[in-house]
Amino acid sequence: MQNILALTNRISRQFIRDKRTLALLIVAPILILTLVWVVFGAKTDEPKLAVVGDSKLPMVKQFTLQDIKSLNLKQAKSELKNQEIDAYIEIKEPLSVHLEGSDPPTNQRALKKIQDTLGQAQNQGQQKLSIHYLYGNKDMKMFDSFGPVLLGLFVFFFIFLLSGVSFLRERTTGTLDRLMASPIKNIEIILGYLSGFGLFAMIQSIILTFYSIYVLQMNIEGSIFYVLLTIFILSLSALTLGMLLSTFARNELQIVQFIPIVIVPQIFFSGLFKLDNLPLWGQIIGKFTPLYYAADALKDIMIRGAQFSDWWGDLALLLGFSLLFIILHMVTLRSYRKA
Amino acid sequence: MIIQLSGHHLTKKFKQQTILSDVNLSLASGEIYGLLGPSGSGKTTLVKILLGLEKCDQGKVELFNQKPSISSFRHLGYMAQSDALYEELTAYENLDFFGSIQGLRKKERKQRIEEVAEIVHLRNDLSKKVLQYSGGMKRRLSLACALIHKPKLYLLDEPTVGLDPLLRQSIWKLFQKLKEDEATLIVTTHVMDEVNRCDRVGLLKDGKILATGSPADLLKTYQVDSIEDIFLKGVSH
Repeated sequence: MQNILALTNRISRQFIRDKRTLALLIVAPILILTLVWVVFGAKTDEPKLAVVGDSKLPMVKQFTLQDIKSLNLKQAKSELKNQEIDAYIEIKEPLSVHLEGSDPPTNQRALKKIQDTLGQAQNQGQQKLSIHYLYGNKDMKMFDSFGPVLLGLFVFFFIFLLSGVSFLRERTTGTLDRLMASPIKNIEIILGYLSGFGLFAMIQSIILTFYSIYVLQMNIEGSIFYVLLTIFILSLSALTLGMLLSTFARNELQIVQFIPIVIVPQIFFSGLFKLDNLPLWGQIIGKFTPLYYAADALKDIMIRGAQFSDWWGDLALLLGFSLLFIILHMVTLRSYRKA
Repeated sequence: MIIQLSGHHLTKKFKQQTILSDVNLSLASGEIYGLLGPSGSGKTTLVKILLGLEKCDQGKVELFNQKPSISSFRHLGYMAQSDALYEELTAYENLDFFGSIQGLRKKERKQRIEEVAEIVHLRNDLSKKVLQYSGGMKRRLSLACALIHKPKLYLLDEPTVGLDPLLRQSIWKLFQKLKEDEATLIVTTHVMDEVNRCDRVGLLKDGKILATGSPADLLKTYQVDSIEDIFLKGVSH
């Protein structure tokens, strides 16, 4: 116990002295989350449209009533080319829509608006469709749907990087040898690291979660405490994985080389993109990444407001990952020193 | 005479290259054993194998007459070739950390830190971060970390490298003093003038022990003026 405390104490001191690392742990994810929020969280613009056709036609009127400007064909063509408008609809038989076309989401918004307007023209007097959301609502932005995944991703990434590099340093500077030549048990070294880093992982989780929810107004249906719990357990798996992999690296650069192998694939399988359409092997790979389970639990809690019974399995699996990484690390340390 | 540390038929290969071949050595309590050899002769590997930090392909190591165990490490003082210190921490914090890992209680630690800092002349620099230390100061702090728990057996890998002659003198005086307190030391070096201060030396070349004995005996047996000449002659037993 004294050994674990001594390690915890030492790691905390090193953290507090190393201001840049502290900043990397907390300021960097805040900065990136904010940038993502600015890019994806903003309200989407109304598409800029124009209608081409005889202004006396009722259908053209229907469009101009919606504040869509009426242009002649030549103007419309040149404005579309200069990206002043995103699309124009030509009222003739059959109706034809011309899109600028370089940005798929804008295309979709323009088409939707045109269809809505046409629909209103055709269904006048008929019943309006009433739409109900099981989870979320019509104001949910893209940021709300992948924000929880990003939160998990950043925690995982930065904790992985830091724990990997610090354990590696322990080896390259020779301090691990000194520890190995003293009466400390291998498991005590690992537990000391877990508690020292765990402390800062917890601080990071708390700050990032509160920032996302209260400053960036990320959607949250369930309890904040559950979000914190999930993120903290995720960070333990990042911590143990970073330490384990550091034994296979000879220097800091080689830790960085693990990023495309270990981190990037997890991003693809984490639920940032829909996995249902993936081939089976892709879905199977996803099941072997810690981030997948964390993202699943976080989306359950933050978007669907699910109860503990719905996502405890995800957390149990995450803890299982940590345990597996610890055992593997013990095995590699054993080859280094018996006992 | 109590044997504190012994290695029997130690052999280590790395791929095709033989790093140690059939090395035997044993250290009695209260002696300074100098392990002498050119760089690349396998000194560091031998020390690491004796410590259990590296596995040997053949042979066995006995620490205090038994298989090395975690509890026997309590009596080991190890100083590696690299300084192995935490640079962000102060010298005091480094000593405090290694002291507690070695099982010293808080009060005892405080007292020992003062004592070892005095011994290595770092008393006035304890509150400085290791980052601000010079190379020689780091070396001395590294030694102090190995001293903190009053071990019975010291394994010191090039403890005086990078130190000026005056400091080297005082460190060797310290080794003599440790020896008087019944400690056993194994010191690797490639500095020939340190050899004469050892009770016994082992000459290591290409992974083999060429000769062992007290410096005076070796000079006599091989009929040479300095230990270096034994290497140059390349004689074997």
